[in-house]
Amino acid sequence: MATKQTYETRPLECWGKAKEIRKKYYQDYAAAHERGGIRWAGGAWTFGAIPCGLGDDVHSLTSEPYAASIAADKKFSIKCLEATERAGYARDLCSYMRNYWGSVILDEYLWGGPFPKPDFIWQDHICCSHAKWYQVVCDHEPGIPHFCIDVAVGPAGEINENKLNYIVGQMHDGIEWLEEVSGREYDDEKLIEAVNNECRSTSLWAEVCELNKAIPAPLEEKTMFSLYVLGTLMKHSKVVADFYEELRDEVKDRVENQIAAVANERCRLMSDTQPPWGFLSLFRYLESYGAISVGSLYTFGLIGMWEDKPDGSWGPRTTPRQKGIEIKDRDQALKILAEWNLHKPEWQHFYSPHLKTEMMVRIAKEWSLDGVMLHYNRGCEGLSLGIAENRLGLLEAGFPVMTFEGNMGDEREFDLARTKTRIDTFLETLGFKKD
Amino acid sequence: MITAGIDMGAKTIKVVVVRDGAMVGKAIMVAGFDSREAAEQAYAAALDDAGITKDEVEYVVATGAGRSHAPHSKRDISDVASGAQGVVTLYPAARTVIDVGAEEGRAIRCTAEGKVLDFALNEKCAAGAGAFTEAMSRALEVDIQALGPMSLNSENAIPMNAQCAVFAESEVVSLLHAKTPKEDIARAVHDAIASRIVSLARKVGFEPDVVLIGGVAHNVGFVDSLERALECKVIVPDDPEYIGAYGAALAAAAR
Ligand code: SF4
Repeated sequence: MATKQTYETRPLECWGKAKEIRKKYYQDYAAAHERGGIRWAGGAWTFGAIPCGLGDDVHSLTSEPYAASIAADKKFSIKCLEATERAGYARDLCSYMRNYWGSVILDEYLWGGPFPKPDFIWQDHICCSHAKWYQVVCDHEPGIPHFCIDVAVGPAGEINENKLNYIVGQMHDGIEWLEEVSGREYDDEKLIEAVNNECRSTSLWAEVCELNKAIPAPLEEKTMFSLYVLGTLMKHSKVVADFYEELRDEVKDRVENQIAAVANERCRLMSDTQPPWGFLSLFRYLESYGAISVGSLYTFGLIGMWEDKPDGSWGPRTTPRQKGIEIKDRDQALKILAEWNLHKPEWQHFYSPHLKTEMMVRIAKEWSLDGVMLHYNRGCEGLSLGIAENRLGLLEAGFPVMTFEGNMGDEREFDLARTKTRIDTFLETLGFKKD
Repeated sequence: MITAGIDMGAKTIKVVVVRDGAMVGKAIMVAGFDSREAAEQAYAAALDDAGITKDEVEYVVATGAGRSHAPHSKRDISDVASGAQGVVTLYPAARTVIDVGAEEGRAIRCTAEGKVLDFALNEKCAAGAGAFTEAMSRALEVDIQALGPMSLNSENAIPMNAQCAVFAESEVVSLLHAKTPKEDIARAVHDAIASRIVSLARKVGFEPDVVLIGGVAHNVGFVDSLERALECKVIVPDDPEYIGAYGAALAAAAR
């Protein structure tokens, strides 16, 4: 066990800006019609850069982050979950989906007023819930046009020209469909700009996470949740790409000056999948042991894009622009967008838990971890599948693992006191004591 | 050196007084609504049992679910750490500890020094703990003390499918209506808990010697089911419910 040491710490300077961007995003979506703009809804995994070709006044509502925000508001979340159950949907479905459906069924927007109905739905299918999510929304909000892209082409290591063309072909069809439902002419220049922004922002987020390899870590995961979320809202926007650049510079400065996220850091952990959003205080509780969660495959790899660096380490993916590639037309933009997204780390483990284990072990080694906290998340079939396998793989690689059961979006399935007891036991077994 | 350990369990409070590594006094109280007051009473009773005064106790360590509310304690440790410590001190060859209390079941794999290598706890559901046997004995209208010996008379293994205590209760009622002998139902109840506990034990990769602690270890029917499910002998200490408090008292001495 490391000796007790205290590092200098201070809040992030760009924190307020992150909050502002998020707030404005939800306001812009709700107010889009007042300004003659367009509203669309879809998952955070969808190819959000594509509707940007309809104009600058096109605003989205990405479903998972919206549902996570509901989950963090326990009172409203229970109301939504119960409304969904009363409507006859099972309690063991994806809890993001249930929170979202509840908000639609109640016709209440988390940020006040009635639920702002989208003009169209632009979705892709990552997991089984994704395939059903907007089908049910359309049952409750009839008449909303719905376009969906099938992305089930296998993991990044197995992509070939045919698979890519299968997705790109659907994207081309999607653009024609967008023109039809919006009555607007599509602007390829805006698409190209959005694709470049997306590559830039997702590579920058990986760079921010990479900086957390430093000891002491400049960021802890609770803070990272509030930062990565911007990518889940609009990773294709200039605002987010510029913000991540500013954040990267600040975090770099923190590393150079040994500014810690947690002053008493002496134990480094990572978590896994979505946390129980109503109980993020759990991450602060770790600090009583000098423990910090420096991130997770989830926070690193849902938005961040990565690649193997020449020295064998994991680092931010080189963007097309950094490689000197200038996108010239629609087809090229769509190909780059599809190929880029199919390499998303979080996409890979839908195909095999072993791919996830490999990435997790890699993080555990490169980020110098002492242990891992795995969330057996009953709320998400997509990302929870195979976690027990990941546990075995991590143990085999020599990393101690604790597990806790919970639900990212249904507080009724999470027990804070018991989870804290587990953390106590785990950290005690690792040889750490409370301050 | 004299130290004490207080185990603030979900249902009962146990206090053990240790002199030079040996248990010299012990007491147990129902936690009730005021667990701190119950702990005070148990503490006084344990000192009384040991024949020593408060001032002679050098250090107190608490464990158990309510350990942060324990009186007199200067430090607290988890149930897992205290259970492992208590067991390996009594049984140096023990490598796996199974602890089944009122609300929680747990499996611990440890070293000869009591260092915890891995642990697994049952989740929110009480179907892997003592509260489950109590609920089932009520459904069977059998005294809880009689449930264990009764199940030893069973010769039929009946599967109990319910995953939760509430559904299991209605399953017991259905079995009673079907005129299933009570001893067979009692065995089914113990087999059901044992199968939950065994899955925890397999999760940590259990190896012998296996020691069973916690109040449920007094239930001979459960011990029988557990040994069958684990396919190995299980050691039960004389005072299985006190081992956590004993481990805490040892930790107090080793601080
Ligand atoms: S189940 Fe998981 S991956 Fe699927 S939509 Fe819900 S949160 Fe997303």
